[in-house]
Amino acid sequence: MRPCPHTHMHILNVHEFSKTFTIHAINREVPAFTNVSFHLQPGELLVARGANGVGKSSLLRCLYRTYLPSAGHAIYQAQQGTVDLARAAEVDIALLRRNEIGYVSQFLRPRPRVSAIELVMEPLLLAGVPADDARMRAGDWLSRLGLKAAIWPAYPSTFSGGEQQKINLARALIAPRRLLLLDEPNAALDPGARAALRERLSVLKSEGVAMIGVFHHIEDVRDLVDSEVKIANSQ
Amino acid sequence: MTLADLAHPRQDYSYGFLDAFARRELRRRILKAIAIPGYQVPYASRELPIARGWGTGGLQATLSVVGPQDVVKVIDQGADDSVNAANLRRFIARMTGVETTTDTTKATIIQSRHRIPEERMDKGQLLVLQVPDPEPLRHVQPDSSQAREMHADADYAQMWLSLYEQLVRFGRFMQGASYPVIVNGRYLMSPSPIPRWDTPALHQSAHLTILSAGREKRLYAVPPYTDVRPIEFSDVFFQVEDQAGRVCTLTGAGQKYMDELPQPSGESRFRISDTGYVEKLLKMAQGESTKIGPTYYDDAGQFWMPGVIK
Amino acid sequence: MLRPYGIRYDMTPTYFDPPRLTADRPLLTAWGLRKTYGRVTAVSGVDLEVYPGETLGIVGESGSGKSTVLRMLNLEEPANAGDYRLNLAAYAGENLLGLDRYRRRELRVTQIGIVYQQPHMGLRMRVSSGGNVAERLIMAGERSFATLRTAARDSLAESEFPLDRLDDPPRLLSGGMQQRVQLAKAIAMRPALLLLDEPTTGLDVSIQALVLDTLLRLRRERRIATVVVSHDLGVIRTLADRVLVMRGGQVVEHGLADQVLDDPQHPYTQQLVHAKL
Repeated sequence: MRPCPHTHMHILNVHEFSKTFTIHAINREVPAFTNVSFHLQPGELLVARGANGVGKSSLLRCLYRTYLPSAGHAIYQAQQGTVDLARAAEVDIALLRRNEIGYVSQFLRPRPRVSAIELVMEPLLLAGVPADDARMRAGDWLSRLGLKAAIWPAYPSTFSGGEQQKINLARALIAPRRLLLLDEPNAALDPGARAALRERLSVLKSEGVAMIGVFHHIEDVRDLVDSEVKIANSQ
Repeated sequence: MTLADLAHPRQDYSYGFLDAFARRELRRRILKAIAIPGYQVPYASRELPIARGWGTGGLQATLSVVGPQDVVKVIDQGADDSVNAANLRRFIARMTGVETTTDTTKATIIQSRHRIPEERMDKGQLLVLQVPDPEPLRHVQPDSSQAREMHADADYAQMWLSLYEQLVRFGRFMQGASYPVIVNGRYLMSPSPIPRWDTPALHQSAHLTILSAGREKRLYAVPPYTDVRPIEFSDVFFQVEDQAGRVCTLTGAGQKYMDELPQPSGESRFRISDTGYVEKLLKMAQGESTKIGPTYYDDAGQFWMPGVIK
Repeated sequence: MLRPYGIRYDMTPTYFDPPRLTADRPLLTAWGLRKTYGRVTAVSGVDLEVYPGETLGIVGESGSGKSTVLRMLNLEEPANAGDYRLNLAAYAGENLLGLDRYRRRELRVTQIGIVYQQPHMGLRMRVSSGGNVAERLIMAGERSFATLRTAARDSLAESEFPLDRLDDPPRLLSGGMQQRVQLAKAIAMRPALLLLDEPTTGLDVSIQALVLDTLLRLRRERRIATVVVSHDLGVIRTLADRVLVMRGGQVVEHGLADQVLDDPQHPYTQQLVHAKL
């Protein structure tokens, strides 16, 4: 696939994107994905597919720059300008993470002595939302995902995997984003929460949020998916 | 004509005991100290026929500046007649032939330990204070080379920190004698262990004050008409010792700095600490003629210069 | 400041673009920092930038030079060479390493706060906690007792210090409390730069979590540019936006905190990350 000529339409344009891990201790190169190209428009949900073990999550992480891409480009149309996520300055990536790009992972990293609701409020507080407002919106999110108000002030380190993931989802989806990277967001969720998530993604889509997802339960979101990209590595 | 007629009369000591070289060195140090108010000038403290710590610093300053026309008064804790003061006075007189007095207004040089007289010193007079420890930063910075750096930087924050701590712990400033002062807006200075009562007397005074520590080999000065401000907060002020209600048993006077004399009954009686002043009050009471100069504090306890004590 | 953006560290294979979206200029810019003790080179040519509101982590083993870098940034350790600037009006265009002692003191009092691993390095252990904090304001020239008292109380409250212990000296406090007093002292003057040297090392895990939480809240509320030095990767992951990895006095890798910890590039960093229990 060649870069699309109408890049102004696209929020993201990924071209020959590759990631290879170099493990120095055993002197090995481990490819995650090779030569991935696609583009994405506002409001589009793109699903990454591929066999188990190919780097679907790694692709998302490379776009979020948790992993450093090895080759290729990911041209992102930010509100203030155009950057290549593969090589943008670290401060720019940090800025995009605060304001535009969200990452919804499977795993919550609970912090000791930080309550569930405080974790969810945090992105809003970072974006400058007043604490009262942030608390209200966080509570709204948690209840929609089916987390009882009684446990909001508790520390999530003791929660079940599903509960932790709900908190993580709320945390990732609460602040407005232009691009969401969904890394198996529904893997450990109960049916009610999965429905709530699907509902939320549908709203975000209609609001013009571009999304790239890797889904465990693809059937949940099948009718929301606009396009697919096949991920493979050269191994 | 014999050889003895031609020779100078024999003298055992130089005038004023110190040799010419020592006098010259001390005078230069004193000039430097006057030029940099409050700054501690090191000097070579000479051996004297009294022990270090018994006023040798003050004595050397006095001996280096005294001349035949001077009139010298020596006091110790306000008293002209204490053993130490009497010894020093006799020594100075013997070595210089100067006239001595107990009258503050008549003296040209007053060497003192721990007090400034109650009568106001005037221009042309010299006050020499004996200093045991010249370093006001000692208790916040025991390392003297670091203390010197703090002086160089005018970094006196720790002094205010210790005032803060005193207010927090005790609700008032605890420093009694040698209450630290800032001289001429620059150097922090220990005014020797004079009571707080005497500290304001140094501010914008007409007389020159030389403070000299013989054991520590440092001297410093407050030139006439120089600002001397006790350290204080802008909202919690330096206070002098309250003399209200204390009446001198000898003179019946009040509002002067009193010595407390504990009685067997457990009560205390008070006596004005400045014996030269007491002497004059007693003379006057007996109808003898005497001239009492204006005092630093009036009979209502008001300091003579307004605005100095807040 | 004639310097290409993005120093290429030998072992980091990627060149990054200059910032395009970030409008801020770095608050702190330092390059070529160098420190030798006799024949031993502690820090050899370290470059770093910190943006307003950003937290930069420096990781490395003992002896990697990370704490020396922090002390140089605090101007308490003279550098042998280098250029260090803070984007503050009063110090515009000046290499801070060349400040005279008066302005150095002024800068340290008003614009830089530091928390040391060892409380006794940052605190007077026999002076009341409030007094320790008030000292900063006294140094800056504040002479009103009421103001000092209020400011000390406010600053200690902000670092979540129990105010009923306001007048207790740090020597009577626990390690976590001592760090809170240090923190209150560090932020009392609302500095532009906060330096944290192993701020939670040596504390119990649960106390450590509480102190980290306070630091996170302050970072969020105050937007102080922060440099945190730690050998504890958990602390770095929690606090830092970006990370420098130091070894033998040099930076071997730099990157976003999660990238350095999750996808380390340099062999040394890989070893460091995987050595974590």
